[in-house]
Order: sequence, then structure tokens, then C-alpha cells
Amino acid sequence: MAEKKQTILRTEHLKAFYILEMHGAQKIVKAVNDVDITIYENEIYGIAGESGCGKTTLLKALFNDIVPPLRLIGGKIYYRINWDEEVDVTTLSPEEKRKLRMEYISYIPQGSMSALNPVLKLKETYEDFIGSHLSGQSREEIFELAHRQILLLGLPKNVLDLYPHQLSGGMRQRVTIALASLLKPRIMIGDEPTTALDVVVQRGVIQMLTTIQENLQNTIILVTHDMGVHANIADRIGIMYAGKIVEEGTTEQIFGQPLHPYTQFLIESLPKFGNKSMRSSVPGSPPSQADLPTGCPFHPRCPHVKEICRQQMPDFSYPEENHKVACWLQSASVG
Amino acid sequence: MDKLLEVNELTKQYSQGNVLARVTLTAADHVSFYIKPAEIFTLAGESGCGKTTTAKVVLGFEEATSGTIFHNGKPQTRKEKVWITEGVQGIFQDPFSTFNPLRTVDRYFFETVQNHILAMSKQDAIELIDRKLKAVGLSYEEFAGKYPSEFSGGQLQRISIARALLTNPTLLIADEPVSMVDASLRMSIVNLFKRLRDELGVSILYITHDLATAYYISDRIAIMFRGNIVEMGTVEQVLMNPRHPYSKLLRDSIPQADPSKRWTTTVTLSELEQEEYLRRGCKFAGRCPNVMEICKGVVPADINVDGVLVKCHLYSETQAA
Repeated sequence: MAEKKQTILRTEHLKAFYILEMHGAQKIVKAVNDVDITIYENEIYGIAGESGCGKTTLLKALFNDIVPPLRLIGGKIYYRINWDEEVDVTTLSPEEKRKLRMEYISYIPQGSMSALNPVLKLKETYEDFIGSHLSGQSREEIFELAHRQILLLGLPKNVLDLYPHQLSGGMRQRVTIALASLLKPRIMIGDEPTTALDVVVQRGVIQMLTTIQENLQNTIILVTHDMGVHANIADRIGIMYAGKIVEEGTTEQIFGQPLHPYTQFLIESLPKFGNKSMRSSVPGSPPSQADLPTGCPFHPRCPHVKEICRQQMPDFSYPEENHKVACWLQSASVG
Repeated sequence: MDKLLEVNELTKQYSQGNVLARVTLTAADHVSFYIKPAEIFTLAGESGCGKTTTAKVVLGFEEATSGTIFHNGKPQTRKEKVWITEGVQGIFQDPFSTFNPLRTVDRYFFETVQNHILAMSKQDAIELIDRKLKAVGLSYEEFAGKYPSEFSGGQLQRISIARALLTNPTLLIADEPVSMVDASLRMSIVNLFKRLRDELGVSILYITHDLATAYYISDRIAIMFRGNIVEMGTVEQVLMNPRHPYSKLLRDSIPQADPSKRWTTTVTLSELEQEEYLRRGCKFAGRCPNVMEICKGVVPADINVDGVLVKCHLYSETQAA
């Protein structure tokens, strides 16, 4: 790790809960439960965890897409929008928010149909999109831009004349990503962008993301439960469990020396070629975020659980540079 | 050799399009394979390769355009309910689609027991159901009276497997059984399949695009591409030493959970799917790194290379010289 990178986005004690009214009673789902992350420029940051751990909600919060029943309960989110200016995202006006979307930060959803208007040919979707962000450019210039980008990213040249349903899932996803990167955003956020895609197509999509990142030297925040994808492209990985980041490190650290028992299970349970020996899953099941255990949320499933784990959430320890973990086993004071 | 299931030259064609432009897509193209007792056989490939079509025909949900299927030496006559007659049961990708959300899950079990006359009294039925649930790591107490929404995806999938086991099948056809289950919980279901083979002698036709779990549990495997089996052999041979260029591409494209094994080359994905289906000659010719002139016009034969079947011109005698 040579030069010190600048922060591009960070959170402080971020808490975002779903407040639901069900059968006359209130149910609170603590989807993001006190998260501090710092994301740098020019990096690919992966967020890993099981479904229900809060990673999608965290992304929504980072993208500033907090809509009821999701509420920001506490904490802050900061964007660094230029060299020395950090902006508290919750203070932005709707117009400022709109401008930042796509030009500073863009979002790639899972299941690409949702981003592309099914009744428009792709070139019309591009027109709509570019028109709302870049006024004062002629149509020809806009199409030059779109066309060049399509070719650069290895998509078939006639793709803009088609409707979304005429393309395979992988192709649609690649067009969605092309659109999301068109205005050269500083941050691109992907929520399981390759889940449900075929293996070879997934590779093509992942490689397209890395090509874009290399060209734009920007930041990609990628959520996926597929550890293989993280191993392939992430620079750093945050492991999320029950609404909290429980471990964070470089990709080599997470795969080479996983410290949190949950991370260890996650890495160990992955089948590997050439090895047919017995592998086991993480025991038990993830907690409901409407009804979290006390203390460390992983303690009911943890083989190394101690009394303190049941009572108190551990603070972060920093065993190595860039590597942090929230676990009582790491704390020197606990024997 | 006993063949529990034998599929010969199975072909299934679909017609797509409208009055102005109809296209015939061959979803399964002369597919041939067999499964032995107490064996896990995988049909692997990406979407559109024909593996699910093949499963549907074998289960009797669809009728083949041509070809024959034998269960224990007995021919399957067109759309036959093989789950009733031949000890074949299916397990599907989305357990929540398998069960009606408005019925308690136990009702399905009691219905199956009644329809197949598997028990003589309600008490016997409960004991039978409990035994099958225990075989998948659950119990009757935690299952009785509950609706599908009260279970997680992983639990409901185990329940689907327990229901499939009620009739003591010899063959389970599992179509992407773990792709909707969280990655961290997949192994428990996949380990269950191994136990069913080892302890109960059940065979499994495992259909998946996930080569990692396929390697972990299969005995033999067939790789499919656009309707054809392009390579088939033991899982060690095919996945540790793939010969067909598509098998190599598939194997190399699996993201390995090891940062020292990152991809070093990029793939090109520029053709639309339909174009590949309609190719004359080898369907992979459009993206094959080893493509030759003959590949574009002539369908490759099935060639035996050290006991592995490979459908590729690279291995024909004329090339080997």
C-alpha cells in the first residue's frame, strides 16, 4: 500500500432502521446498526454478507436513497465532492441531490430490468438520461458519446436500436452499467450486479466494471455474497453481519487471515476445486434484525462464545494496518 | 451395467416468434447420457444450454420432439407421470414456488401419503413424515401446522427434499436446488445430497450452473452448451482437466475465492444468444479461441478422449496427427 489515498465517502455511526406498523404494533428492523466506513478514491471496496445482513440498506443509505419506512435514525454520511469540500449528505437540497446522482455517484441495481424503461428503445433511454443531465449539447454529440462508449465496452454496435427485452440478462446488465458510468461518476455502487447471471457473462460484467474503474480511476462499492467475486476484484472488503461491519481488511488479509469467527466460517465453507473433503456451512441461521441478540450479534452461532460476548458489543481492534475486527477474542484484555 | 436412467438422442425443439418471422430453436439437441444407481450425475451449463429442458422431458412435464428415455430398462412413453410410476421425484429452484403460500406445508405431505397409500393411519403417517424430515435435519414438531412463509429458503428447500423422499424414490432430479439459497448455507443442502446417495443409495440428476458445488458432490458430469453435450466424463477428468474449449472457458470463468487466482485474461461477449443457437456447425465457433474453418460448417462428432466424450473438431483423428 504505497501512497495514502484520499477519502471519497465516509460514514460515522450510521444507523438506518425500517420502522414498520404491523397489526397495530410497531416493528423496528435495525438494518444498518452503527456503521463506520471510510471509502477511498480509486479503489474497489466490497461488502460481503448473507441476505438480510443489511448490505442493501447500507448501499441505499450511501446513495442517499432513504425513503420511509426506512429512516435515518442517527449518524452521518459525508461525500467529498471536490478536493477539500466534504458535504453532509443529509443537508442537500433535492436539486443538489439530483445533480449528484449519476454525475458524482451512480447506482447499479440487481436485476437490470428496473433501470431500463421497457417501452423505449435503448437509444431513447440514453437520450432521456443524457438530456436530463447535460443540457446544451446537440443530439449528435450525445450519440457520439454513447456510441463510442458502447463500442469501447465491447457491446454489439446495434444494441442501442433494441428494446431491453430483446437482450439477454447479461447484456441488459452491461448496458445498465454503461449508462451508470457515462457521466464519469466518482463513485459507482453495485448491489449484487452479477447475481443470477451466467458464469461467463458474470465474468464479462465484472471485467467491464474493472475496465471502467481503470479508465476513470474512480471508486466502486460492490455488494455481493459471492466471495469469489470479491477475491477477484476487490481491493478491500468489509464483512457485514446483522447490520454491522464486523471485519474489514485488504482482500489478501480477509482471505489469508480471517479473524472474525463469522468470516472464518464464510471462507472455510466455500467449495474449492481439487478438494472434495467435507465442508460445512455456518451453523445456525442469521438473526432477525427486528429481534437482535444482546451483545455481539454473532454470539448464538459462535463456537468461541464467552460471557462478555453475550453482554457487550466488542469495539474494533486493529491487529494490522488496514485490518480491523470487532471481536472479543482479539481484545488483549479478555484471556 | 444397471442403468437407472438412460436418455438417447433426446431432442426438444421450440418455435419462437410471430406470423411474420418464426424461428425454431433446438433447446436440446440429440442429448444422450445415463445414470447408474447410487450416483450423482450433473448436467452443467449456463442458461439456455438445455439442461432444464432435458430435466422437464425426463420428468414428463414436456414431450420430446424425438429420442427415447428408459427408466430401469422400461421405456418412458411420452408425457408420463414418472414421479408416480417410476420412483423419480423433482426438486426445483424456488421452494417458495413449490408450495402454495396459503396452505400449511404439512398438508402436502399428508396428501402424498394418502395418494400413494404409504401409511394406514394418521399416526403412521406422522411417523413416516417425521422420519423423512429427520433425514433432512428437521423434525415433525418444528414443521407441523406452519405456512411456507414461516420457514427460511434453506429450510423450505430441505422440506421439499423430505417430501420428495416420501415415496422412496431411486432418482431425484434437482434443478438448481441451491442457487436461491444463501451461499453460506448451500453446503448443508449439498452435503445432504451426498448423504442420500451414500446412505440411501438414491441417485441424483443435479442440474446447475455452479461448477464448484458440482465438483464437490458429483461422480460424473456433462457440460452443455446451446443444446448439446460438449463434454462428459468423471468429474475429476472434466473439471480438473477440461478438454473442450467451452468447458475450459466455463471452468476459468468461475471466480475463485482466492486472490492469488484472479482472472488474467478478458472474455469477449459480443454475439447475441439467438445468433449462437442458429449457427451451422459448432455453436461455439463464434467465440472459440481455437476455431478452425471446419468448425463453422460441420457439426463436430462425439469423440472419446481417454474415456471422456468431447464434441470438438480439435480431437478428431485428422487433427490429432
